[in-house]
Amino acid sequence: MKNNTKEKKPIPFSPTVTSFFEIVAGLTIFSLGFFKEVFSPPYEFAEIKKHIDELGIKTLPIVTVTGFIIGLVLAMQSQPVMSRFGAESFLPSMVALSVVRELGPVLTALIFAGRVSSGIGAELSSMRVTEQIDAMEVSAVHPYRYLVVTRILACTLILPILTLYVNFLAIIGGFIAISLSQGITFHQYIDAVFRSLQFSDLIPGLAKTFVFGFIVGAVGAYKGYNATNGTVGVGRASTSAVVMASLLILITDMVLVKITVIIWSQ
Amino acid sequence: MVKVSNLTKSFGDNLVLDDISLDVKTGENAVVFGRSGTGKSVLLKCIVKLLIPDAGEILVDGKNVHSLKEKDLNELRKEIGFLFQGSALYDSMSVKENLEFPLIRNKKEMSSEERDEKIKQVLKAVDLENVIDKMPDELSGGMKKRIGLARTIITEPKLILYDEPTTGLDPITVKEISELIKELQKDLNVTSIIVTHDLLCAQIISDRAIVLNEGKIIYDGGLENLTKSDDKFLKDFFTNEYSR
Ligand SMILES: Nc1ncnc2c1ncn2[C@@H]1O[C@H](COP(=O)(O)OP(=O)(O)OP(=O)(O)O)[C@@H](O)[C@H]1O
Ligand SMILES: [Mg+2]
Repeated sequence: MKNNTKEKKPIPFSPTVTSFFEIVAGLTIFSLGFFKEVFSPPYEFAEIKKHIDELGIKTLPIVTVTGFIIGLVLAMQSQPVMSRFGAESFLPSMVALSVVRELGPVLTALIFAGRVSSGIGAELSSMRVTEQIDAMEVSAVHPYRYLVVTRILACTLILPILTLYVNFLAIIGGFIAISLSQGITFHQYIDAVFRSLQFSDLIPGLAKTFVFGFIVGAVGAYKGYNATNGTVGVGRASTSAVVMASLLILITDMVLVKITVIIWSQ
Repeated sequence: MVKVSNLTKSFGDNLVLDDISLDVKTGENAVVFGRSGTGKSVLLKCIVKLLIPDAGEILVDGKNVHSLKEKDLNELRKEIGFLFQGSALYDSMSVKENLEFPLIRNKKEMSSEERDEKIKQVLKAVDLENVIDKMPDELSGGMKKRIGLARTIITEPKLILYDEPTTGLDPITVKEISELIKELQKDLNVTSIIVTHDLLCAQIISDRAIVLNEGKIIYDGGLENLTKSDDKFLKDFFTNEYSR
């Protein structure tokens, strides 16, 4: 009998490192399929709309609460520090800039990942282990196109909208915190906010949310689509999807921030 | 219709199918027997390319399944029905949507009235007209099996692969389902490969029995001779008497 393990060469990295690269490679190939399939008919518009509706309903309550609290806490936290330096008048601009550039997009994406990539992972993996994906395949329907492309697209389209909504709520939250302690009018506050915000703050903040949305959809679908091992696999797919999506969001954010800094400073 | 030559399939060290050849003619019903875990489901899945064999060739309707382009493979798959052992109903869709799914995508020329008519017809055939608006998780195991069967036959495929169509059903339903499979063959000249453990079902359906054991085909011939065989395994497998 052949013994496979003995024939393998020793691995230069620890198994976790190699399996990490294996996953990243697998995920990359899996995601590239999206760009190949998304433009080719038949288009599943009904499916995409259904997913967008579902995602919206699923995440709206939690992002509403989050958005509001981000602004509130940010303003409350920063107030003592800012007043120590006599910079209290900069508080509205500080809230707006932090929210629009960084906190809004990243926190919304992380919450979205927690709520959505686990859901997609669980849904697709249970379809995989109960052979529903196979059933689709033998009835000549491309399961990747029907199940994966529609979900990734829905995530990519809805996260930017959710982020705008969160940004808006966070700025309102910031106003409430500041007005309670400083006696600023809403008009003055909004004025200060818009004076400090520039296109170069808005665009990168929003552009990266498309990438984050894509990551959430792709990671959830990748984990679910390739699930094995029955019900154990379903649980594993949904939890590991959240971990991986969150991690990738943070890493991508770091890279994108660096890139925008380079572009905009020239 | 289906010609399998020298098919070999293993998972890791587990050799499941070992150099199997069989030929099922158009309009023929072939029943496949074998103990649990001998690779009956694996055989069916290789035929529709849900699994890739290690070696061997599979021709369906004269076309080599494993070397077809994706587009041609899908054209071929439209002519093949597959009943999964676990039914594999889409659990986010109602019974009606489950049945509509293959019709909408593979019979584009059908109007929605024609589809509704067809859905009624197959539900009647499996005797489940009253569950049309239910979700799969509201159905019993046997009902799921029958809806799975309805979804398999709704596109009127030329070749149907049944993985245990009657397991878990009561004797009366077993008879009805078996007769339905037989009728499909007689009326529409459908070719079928039926995996089953059920002798009653086999007797109604079959012209031919194939027995798999330990990765090999150990019997391929008429059903009536099976029970008279002298082979120790076949004797153990097919005689009902319990003696100690
Ligand atoms: N995807 C897979 N990965 C690894 N091993 C598999 C896979 N599918 C099947 N096997 C193995 O192949 C063998 C045959 O499985 P198969 O499902 O074909 O059995 P079967 O004859 O249909 O049995 P039953 O009558 O219980 O349905 C089993 O030993 C099983 O462990
Ligand atoms: Mg089986």
